[in-house]
Amino acid sequence: MSGALVASVDAQTIVDAVGLGAVYALMAVGIGLVFGVLRLVNFAYGQIVMAGAYALAFTSQADWPTWAGIGMCFLVCVVLSALMDRLVFRPLRTQSPAVMLVTTFAVAFLLQNVALLIDVRDDTIGEPAASVASLNRAVTVWGVEIRKVSIVAVVVAVVALGLLALLLTRTRIGLQMRAAATDFGTARLLGVRANTVIGVAVLLSALLAGAVAVILTVQNPLVSPDFALKDTIIVLVGVVVGGIDRLWTAMLGGFAIGFVTGVINGALPTDKTVFLPSVVFLLVILVLVIRPEGLFARGRTSLVERL
Amino acid sequence: MSEPAAAPPVLELDRLTVRYGGVTAVRELSVEVRRGEIVGLIGPNGAGKSTTLHAIMGAVPVDDGDVRLSGRSVRGRAPESIARSGVALVPEGRRIFAELTVEENLRLGLSGRRGREGAEEAVEEVYGLFPVVREFGRRQAGALSGGQQQQLAIGRALVAGPDLLLLDEPSLGLAPRVVDVVFDALAEIRRAGITVLLVEQRAQRTVAFADRTYLMANGEVRLTLDPADADDTEAMVHAYLS
Repeated sequence: MSGALVASVDAQTIVDAVGLGAVYALMAVGIGLVFGVLRLVNFAYGQIVMAGAYALAFTSQADWPTWAGIGMCFLVCVVLSALMDRLVFRPLRTQSPAVMLVTTFAVAFLLQNVALLIDVRDDTIGEPAASVASLNRAVTVWGVEIRKVSIVAVVVAVVALGLLALLLTRTRIGLQMRAAATDFGTARLLGVRANTVIGVAVLLSALLAGAVAVILTVQNPLVSPDFALKDTIIVLVGVVVGGIDRLWTAMLGGFAIGFVTGVINGALPTDKTVFLPSVVFLLVILVLVIRPEGLFARGRTSLVERL
Repeated sequence: MSEPAAAPPVLELDRLTVRYGGVTAVRELSVEVRRGEIVGLIGPNGAGKSTTLHAIMGAVPVDDGDVRLSGRSVRGRAPESIARSGVALVPEGRRIFAELTVEENLRLGLSGRRGREGAEEAVEEVYGLFPVVREFGRRQAGALSGGQQQQLAIGRALVAGPDLLLLDEPSLGLAPRVVDVVFDALAEIRRAGITVLLVEQRAQRTVAFADRTYLMANGEVRLTLDPADADDTEAMVHAYLS
C-alpha cells in the first residue's frame, strides 16, 4: 500500500506540492501579520484574494494589458483591506478576539454575496481571467514537466517573504511591529503609534493577498464568489497547526499543509480525490493531539488581548 | 539661567480621580512637579501610585480632574501621543521585550522622540551611563539579569529625550547591591537635570533622595515629606497603617 503510494508520487507532484505550499505560506504570513498586531484571525482574508482575482478577470475581459490587470488586482486588495481595517477592525479593537473573529465571518459572507451580485449579471457564475492563464503552461526542466506557475509561486514566495524578513529585522517600523506583536501595551507606552503599526501590517497583508490572487488565478482562471474560500480554510488550519503567534511558525504551518495537500492529492488515485480533505484533516487532528501548542512552536504561550 | 516664576509646572495633576468599576483607586489627587525636580511617591500596596503613573500616560482613563504637561491638558490622549510629547515611563516589572536584542530594546525607546535628530547621541549617552547595555547589545534582552534589565529599561526611557521621567518601582525585586546601582543611576539622571516622578516601595531611601515625597494611601496624599524627614520613620509608619 505505502509502496504504491510512494511510487505514484512523482517529481511533478512534488514540484506542484511545493508550489501550493509556497502559495499557502504567503497566505499564512498575510493572516499571521494581522494576527500579530491585532490578535485578530481574519476569516475574510480569502475574500480579499477573491476580490483581487475578480479584478484580474474583469480587466482581462476589458482587454487591459496583463501588467495593468495585475496592478489593479493589488490596488483592489489594498483598498479593500484598508476599508476593512478602518470600518470594521478599528471600531472593534478593544473587543474580545471572539467578537472580532465572528465579525470577520460576517464580512466574509457579505463580500462573497456582493461578488455574487456582481458576477451573475451575465446569467452565469464565474468570470474567466484569460490574460494570466498562459503562465499555466508547462516547461520541461531535467525531464520533469513543471507548470510555470509553480516556479513563479516559489520565486514570488521566496522574494516576498525575504523582503518582509528584511523589513521586520532591519527597519524602524519592522522593529516596532515585532515589539507590538509581543506586547502592544508597552510598545505604545514607548511611543509606538498603534494606527501606524496596524496600518502597515494590514498593507503588507494586502500586498501578499494580491500576490496570492495572481498565482491562484493562474492555476484556476475561472473566478467565482467562493474563490480562495477552501484555500483560506486550509491555510487557517495550517496556521494553527504551525503555531499562530509567530510569523515563521505560521508560515511553516501554511507551507506544510499546502505541501501535504499537494502530495496526497497527487498520490490518491483520480477517483479517490474526494477523500483528500478527510486525509488532510485526519493528519491535522493527529498533530493537534500530539502537539497542541503548534507543530513548530517551541513552547506553549498564552494568547492574550493586546489593545 | 532660571525659569520665570510664571512657567507652568512640567507635570500638574489637578484633582485627578481614577476609578476601577466601583473602586476609587485615585481620589482628587493634586500634585505639581517643577522643572528639574525629583518628586517621590510612596505608600502601601494599592495606594494608587502605579495607577497615577498609568493615568498620566493615558493607559487608564481619567474619571475626573486633569493631567497637564507644561500647562497643556493631555486627558483622553492615547499613550503613544503622550509618550511623544515628552513623557517616558519605566514600567513596573521593567517590561523588557525578552526576545528582542538589548540594542533593539534600546532603539524602541527612540519611538518616543519628537524628531530624529540627536537620536544617536542619546543612545551614546545611555551607553555612557550604563556600559552594560552597550556590552550586551547583541544579546537577547531576556538573558540579562534583573538589575541589567532595569538599567536597560531606564536607558530605553532616556533615549526618548523626555522632559519628564516616570519610574514605577525601579528597585522592585532587585538585590540590595543592585538597588544601589539603580539609585546611582537616578543620581546621574538628577545631575542631567531631568525631571522625575519616582514611585517606590523603599520609603526611607526615596524620602532621602527626592526633593519632595508624597505619601499616598487609599488614593489620597496623606503626608508631604522632605529629605529631612527621612529619619522620622514614626510619622511614615503611622501614615502607612492609618
